[in-house]
Amino acid sequence: MAYFDFEKPIEELELQLENIKKTADKNKLDLTASVFELQEKIEKAKQDIYSNLTGWQRVQISRHTDRPYTLDYVEHVFTDFIEMHGDRNVKDDKAMIGGIARIGDQSVMVIGHQKGRNTKQRQMRNFGMANPEGYRKALRLMKLAEKFNMPIITLIDTPGASPGLEAEERGQGEAIAKNLLEMSVLKVPVICVVIGEGASGGALGIGIGDRVMMLENTWYSVISPESCSSILWRSWEHKEKAAEALKLTAKDMLKNGLIDGVIPEPLGGAHNNPEKMYQTLKDSLQNMIADLSKLSCEKLIETRIGKFSKMGSYTEL
Amino acid sequence: MSWFKRVKEGITTSTEDKKSVPDGLWHKCPRCKKAVTTAEHEANQFVCPGCNYHDKIGSKEYFELLFDESNYTELFANIYPTDPLEFKDTKDYKSRLADSQKKSGMTDAMRVGTGTIQSFPIVIACMDFNFIGGSMGSVMGEKIARAIDYGRENKMPVMVISKSGGARMMEAAFSLMQMAKTSAKLALLAKDGIPYISLLTDPTTGGVTASFAMLGDFNIAEPEALIGFAGPRVIRETIGKDLPKGFQSSEFLLEHGFVDMIVNRTNLRSQLGQLLSLLANKPLVKPEVE
Ligand SMILES: [Zn+2]
Repeated sequence: MAYFDFEKPIEELELQLENIKKTADKNKLDLTASVFELQEKIEKAKQDIYSNLTGWQRVQISRHTDRPYTLDYVEHVFTDFIEMHGDRNVKDDKAMIGGIARIGDQSVMVIGHQKGRNTKQRQMRNFGMANPEGYRKALRLMKLAEKFNMPIITLIDTPGASPGLEAEERGQGEAIAKNLLEMSVLKVPVICVVIGEGASGGALGIGIGDRVMMLENTWYSVISPESCSSILWRSWEHKEKAAEALKLTAKDMLKNGLIDGVIPEPLGGAHNNPEKMYQTLKDSLQNMIADLSKLSCEKLIETRIGKFSKMGSYTEL
Repeated sequence: MSWFKRVKEGITTSTEDKKSVPDGLWHKCPRCKKAVTTAEHEANQFVCPGCNYHDKIGSKEYFELLFDESNYTELFANIYPTDPLEFKDTKDYKSRLADSQKKSGMTDAMRVGTGTIQSFPIVIACMDFNFIGGSMGSVMGEKIARAIDYGRENKMPVMVISKSGGARMMEAAFSLMQMAKTSAKLALLAKDGIPYISLLTDPTTGGVTASFAMLGDFNIAEPEALIGFAGPRVIRETIGKDLPKGFQSSEFLLEHGFVDMIVNRTNLRSQLGQLLSLLANKPLVKPEVE
């Protein structure tokens, strides 16, 4: 397990614990009391550290390479997943995956950005940065879900929509814009969950839902802290400051009325206890589906559009 | 006239007697350097007669150019920006706003006007690039939303004139959500069958492109405007080489199928009149005499 700088106290305590256990084994000593004491210390250190994380620290956790990605959730939260491919136009975008699956006994459409874990996968998945065909594939699947009356679940985890020659040629802006418009009038429940990084239009392009949720240690904003720092401070050095200024954490986003809720992560982040994370997300999704299924499609659309229409901060004199 | 003296001899201008024009009343084209009087420049809708360069203009100029007899009513003029995140970079957002307001005399980077174009009613929301780069914050989102509501209530076409670098970082996720808000409102406008015209001018990039600017029933671009999602600098850094000539220009977008037409600003009013008359299925009442 890789530790972040701010996890140093935990790392040291865990090292001590290991040593005590080794000593006990080697010398056949009963050090249960010391072990217990250390374990309590570790737990307390984790609680202290994780209840006071800065924006930048959460950005780091959201990018941890051991964090569950979309396909991990697909495997552990859902059953009977059938992956579907292609936008029926240009190609299959591997940075955006999707297909039909079951959660409990409910059929749903699951769509999400997909990152890679090693160099080869990262290239194949384009670091989770979708091209226009990815957004168009997502919309195609959403329209299918609407046709067959299935709730839609999107999992957001992207450092941004792909910037490049081909992306521009094929209309990255138009592809995202179209999704925003079409998602706002989908006749089935739409639940969006930021599971890692929620960067800008690339995230929003699959982010218009009746419930927009963020896992506890994720971020969602108009720009990454690094890019914000380079534009406003003209240097990459101010990413910590930028992360604070952007108010990009789940807690801030909820406070500002820009998301509907925060889903707690296991202590130490989703990667510290993936099984627990899968169960929490599954319970949360099932509850939301049950709630939203009670509403007529007219009510769903009216409420969804009403919610986004209210977002903003201005005064009228 | 110090700068004007440096212009090479032999430059042609449509002005007959340069010497009779007082200092400061000349406009020199930033591209071809052709000089015309500011009055001529304005009469030509701020388009260079030499090279067709379209100078950046603001909402006031667009409204005066497009509406019949330059007559229009401004709507929602009393909406002011706030600083919801108490944002501070090298300068705090509050003073940035105050400075821009003082300099431009505007409340934010957008104004909404309604009137007629060749007798057809329309509501137009237009950006002002000189207010923090035409960046999209909550005020812009709210004004576009209200312009769309106004179009729905009064059954009149809606037009948005974009000229923006994209999102306003100092409003962070509030700014991002204006993309969702305006697109959702456009879905309602579409359901009512009311036309939406998007005019893309130089520059139209970022979150503006990835929402309402690309959603027109008619996407119209001014010539040679920069239009794209990612900025050219970001793309150049990502791919590690120079961009092809004309990449992300209006002409490039027309070629790739993302705008319907490129219209010279000098023809814009008559082209819109024709379009509105076709959409209304009514004849053009007064043929344009300009
Ligand atoms: Zn010129």
